[in-house]
Amino acid sequence: MTDEMHRSGDPAKQAVQRGDSLDVSALPTFAFGSRSTTWWGTMGMVLVEGTVFALGVMSYFYLRSQSDQWPDGGIAPDLMWGSLNTLLMLLSCIPNWWTNAAAKQFDLRKVRIGLCVCMVFSLLFLGGRVGEFASLNVKWSDNAYGSVTWMLLGLHTTHLVTDTYNTLVLTVLFFTGPVEAKRFVDVSENAAYWYFVVISWVAIYAVIYGGARL
Amino acid sequence: MTSASPSRASSTLVADASQADALEATWRDPPGWRGWICAVNHKTISRRFMIATFVFFLLGGVLALMIRLQLAQPANTVIGPSLYNQLFTMHGTTMMFLFAVPVMQAIAIYLIPLMIGARSVAFPLLNAFAYWIFVFGGTMLYVAFVVGSGPDVGWFAYVPLSLTSYSSGKGVDFWAQMITFTELSGLIEAIVIITTILKMRAPGMSLQRMPLFAWAMLVTSFMVLFAMPAVMFGSTALITDRLVNTQFYSTADGGDALLWQHLFWFFGHPEVYMIFIPPLGFLSQIIATFSRRPIVGYPLMVLALIATGFLAFGLWVHHMFATNLPDIGKAFFTAASLLIALPTAAQIFCWLATLWSGRLSLRTPLLFVLAFFVILLLGGLTGIMLALVPLDLQLHDSFFVVAHLHYVLLGGAVFPLFGAIYYWFPKFTGRLLNERLGRWQFWLFFVGFNVSFFPMHILGLQGMPRRVYTYPVQMGWGALNFLSTIGAMTIGASVLVFLFNVWRSLRRGEAAGPDPWGAGTLEWSVPSPPPAGNFVAVPVVHAREPLWAPPVQPSYVTGLSNTDREVLITSTVEAQPDHRFWLPPPSPWPFLSAVALTILFIGSIFTPWAVVWGAIPVAITTTLWFWPKKARTSARTSTEVRP
Amino acid sequence: MAPPFTTSAGAFLQSVLQPQGLQAERIWNLWNFTLMLCGIVFFAIVAVFLYALWRAPRGTAATKADLDHGHSRRAHHLAIAWALGLSAAGLGSLFAVDLLTARKLSQLLPDDALHIDLTGRQWWWQATYRNSDGAPDFIVANELQLPVGRTVLIHLRSDDVIHSLWIPALHGKLDLIPGRTATLRLRADAPGSYRGQCAEFCGEQHALMALLAAAKPAGQYEAWAVSQRRPAAPPQTASAKQGLRVFLSNGCASCHTIRGTAANGMAGPDLTHVAARETLAAGMLPNQRGHLAGWIANARAIKPGVAMPPSTLTPDDLHSLLDFMETLR
Repeated sequence: MTDEMHRSGDPAKQAVQRGDSLDVSALPTFAFGSRSTTWWGTMGMVLVEGTVFALGVMSYFYLRSQSDQWPDGGIAPDLMWGSLNTLLMLLSCIPNWWTNAAAKQFDLRKVRIGLCVCMVFSLLFLGGRVGEFASLNVKWSDNAYGSVTWMLLGLHTTHLVTDTYNTLVLTVLFFTGPVEAKRFVDVSENAAYWYFVVISWVAIYAVIYGGARL
Repeated sequence: MTSASPSRASSTLVADASQADALEATWRDPPGWRGWICAVNHKTISRRFMIATFVFFLLGGVLALMIRLQLAQPANTVIGPSLYNQLFTMHGTTMMFLFAVPVMQAIAIYLIPLMIGARSVAFPLLNAFAYWIFVFGGTMLYVAFVVGSGPDVGWFAYVPLSLTSYSSGKGVDFWAQMITFTELSGLIEAIVIITTILKMRAPGMSLQRMPLFAWAMLVTSFMVLFAMPAVMFGSTALITDRLVNTQFYSTADGGDALLWQHLFWFFGHPEVYMIFIPPLGFLSQIIATFSRRPIVGYPLMVLALIATGFLAFGLWVHHMFATNLPDIGKAFFTAASLLIALPTAAQIFCWLATLWSGRLSLRTPLLFVLAFFVILLLGGLTGIMLALVPLDLQLHDSFFVVAHLHYVLLGGAVFPLFGAIYYWFPKFTGRLLNERLGRWQFWLFFVGFNVSFFPMHILGLQGMPRRVYTYPVQMGWGALNFLSTIGAMTIGASVLVFLFNVWRSLRRGEAAGPDPWGAGTLEWSVPSPPPAGNFVAVPVVHAREPLWAPPVQPSYVTGLSNTDREVLITSTVEAQPDHRFWLPPPSPWPFLSAVALTILFIGSIFTPWAVVWGAIPVAITTTLWFWPKKARTSARTSTEVRP
Repeated sequence: MAPPFTTSAGAFLQSVLQPQGLQAERIWNLWNFTLMLCGIVFFAIVAVFLYALWRAPRGTAATKADLDHGHSRRAHHLAIAWALGLSAAGLGSLFAVDLLTARKLSQLLPDDALHIDLTGRQWWWQATYRNSDGAPDFIVANELQLPVGRTVLIHLRSDDVIHSLWIPALHGKLDLIPGRTATLRLRADAPGSYRGQCAEFCGEQHALMALLAAAKPAGQYEAWAVSQRRPAAPPQTASAKQGLRVFLSNGCASCHTIRGTAANGMAGPDLTHVAARETLAAGMLPNQRGHLAGWIANARAIKPGVAMPPSTLTPDDLHSLLDFMETLR
């Protein structure tokens, strides 16, 4: 390892060998994407929570395979609120993407706007989620079908709530300060987590609303 | 320094004393009670964590002695069924959830940064939080047990026995929520370890040059991420079945008793490999050092670790062979359970080749590790027996399995763990453990273990089932049970010798210096115990055993701040320098957040609304944890270099 | 070898290593093969290990580490490859023998089989024998008799938690899982008395949930079945008649059945022929007057956690009750 060429492409931002030492003082003090440790932390959470969802979905179909009638009691969840929420969540990817791009440009004004728009979406689908719970047509305690349906929806709602709260904290922070460049990385990673919340929802939506109609 | 390796000391001493002092002041924990609550140095947290897991090990051991006391004689009345059932439940639960995996993570938290040339773990505050959560969860369980609300349904808590209709009282709820605590802690630690290993290795330590212990922890930590969610999900469903009447596990309303078993064992089988794989890492480090050569077949060793990690997820149904699952399904799991023997065999053969071609120093760490080759080997072979469905149908849930699991867990994890303690104790404390006492401990443990557990194979073959608080005198099982109890007492004696050795060595053990064993990995290049910031000069790595290889330029890193908690982040595969990063200073928020979350978790055993109102303090503490300080933000901004 | 559990009727065997039936014997054969193979592997590896330790030169912390190992690399690779190859072959052969054994076990054909429905409860066993038409024939509890040389299919169910039936002398175990039915197919090939136990932790008294299975030649088995089919003979003596009255008027009938009387409770074991049994309380107590008296007086003092409540009989009533129950052969 005699020549430290750095990935950033900027010849000034590389570790430089000086005799017996490797001088890293010109390196950046933070980074985006998979270069960042907090990205790995976020991805770790995504892996864990994705596994929980996968296990929930598998439990859903396992219980279904053990039962004569599914849904037990015959009535599938109403489609309206869930489908509306799905549409809203997919749409929310747009402001999410836009905010992420703005964060990578360190554009404070755009990030502020973007975070606010994302908050609006969040609150909208939290409201929609209330409608979803109310129109599941089964109680968690009625039978195993009801229990696993409520569990799946409940797990996803927990993620919605925590991601909404994360976004809220970042939104407030970007207005009140103190903001350093690393906070833009946090916004970017929050966006990555947001995508996970949306993608996992698409799968869970398919299971809760589609699985009950197979 | 006692080693004969090329003198690393001379090149690292370029950093002068004032730099070392500045580094120490920057990285150390605050003193006094503030230090108790705000400490985030990975070594501090790890020491506390190791001690906590060890306390649980001792408690679990005492429970085992009580079990053996009752079983020593037929129709014994020392301990009645109700208490006995709590004892074996608490013993298994303690050893599996509160000792075996957490202790490995705790040791990794200490050693990994030192082995990879880093000044810290990637997320020091999260690491502290994970420790507190673990301690609170384990304490909760023991408080429940002591006040008579302990679980009594086995460490695996099968349904329907663990549902409210057959287990009223709060014991099972405390057990299930303890799982939430410990698995949360384990998952967080896994994320910390993965990120540290992949992003903070010293420049030049590509994945191919990483110590085998780091590989073992990397594989284990990924396993944790995929396995622990299963038991968390399952135990959450158990709590909701018990508290708010969900029907996951009750057959009357569409639930299924086997759903619990699938979820539990999908976690439970990988769990035992999560216990087993880190000690495989210990073995590699210790055998290399005491054979005076690197382990034979490094690439095969790495592949074997990864293969074991993968295959471990394909075995779980072998815990369910006695259920009415289809035979063809069971045959698949037999095949997988046999297959997983191959990567372990590969490792054994590589170690044997290493010992064969090395120059051996039979010190106590090696002695403990060598026990693996007899004890784990025997346990692995009985595991192969149990993998065969017809045999398993006779041996499952008998004392044969009790023998098997203790042979693999003690041979595969606890003996190597003691070896690791003898090996790294000098690094942690600056003093060597006494060799003579170590040998006494070893032989008492080895003999006591075999006297206690070998007869259990025979008892199982003679028809003695597990989890029985007594047995009739006419069965003829009394003699072997009595012998087993003697063995257990001998194990207890060996542990006492160990505790005495630790106490004595802490006070007047031989001074260790940085490298008493002449080892090859980076942790032996720093003083014992290490300074708060680990490396006054972060090394640049050019070989797998940096301390054994001849020096190559460049050999150390400059340009990292000594007055801020600055670490070097490197690229994932090749460990090329990528950027610098400031880690946060000591903070009370991990502790306070853990307290808030504990209140939420314990409250939710009694009422589901605790999840709602308990979320508020959690939100407050975690927000304050995250919320940046103005002074620090301006300092960071003024020294900022954008990518 | 352990002396088997003994009662007044003789020895009850509960050992994997003394198979008395076809299925257990097949498993025993597999055990022997596996033990031999694993034993050879164990001793071979330990021998290599000890030899390596013995022959290797010694070093200390000061010994220079050996980094130049190109010289023995090929030899190591070869040795490891061979060892892995042999291991794989060994595992493969085990798997093959395992599959063969499993296939044989599942091929015990049920023609002319005796069907028994076994239901596990905390902490006793209820067995409903079926007749050749498949209809329920008679009900016993905790003690079975089986015809030698005839296939028996035991259908396993549970009414409460998971239990497991394990009669090692005859076969491996199978779980009794609520909501599911599993079938154990076995055959006793020698007359004898075999003991089994519940082998899945099922609560407080899991340790004391035994089952006795006596294998009898066909003629003796038939005689037993005939006597089990009969309802209880009406009591003849005054004391026994009083005992029946005590039984019916003190709540016993709300849990227990005695065919031929008005007692038809289903929560506890069928007592129609209780006096013909070897043991009481699922194999826990010898079936003797004193033990029965103690059990009736306060079952929970003997086996804490059982559902049967203590009774409040006067000594005379208890005496009569015992006289009555002794007629239930």
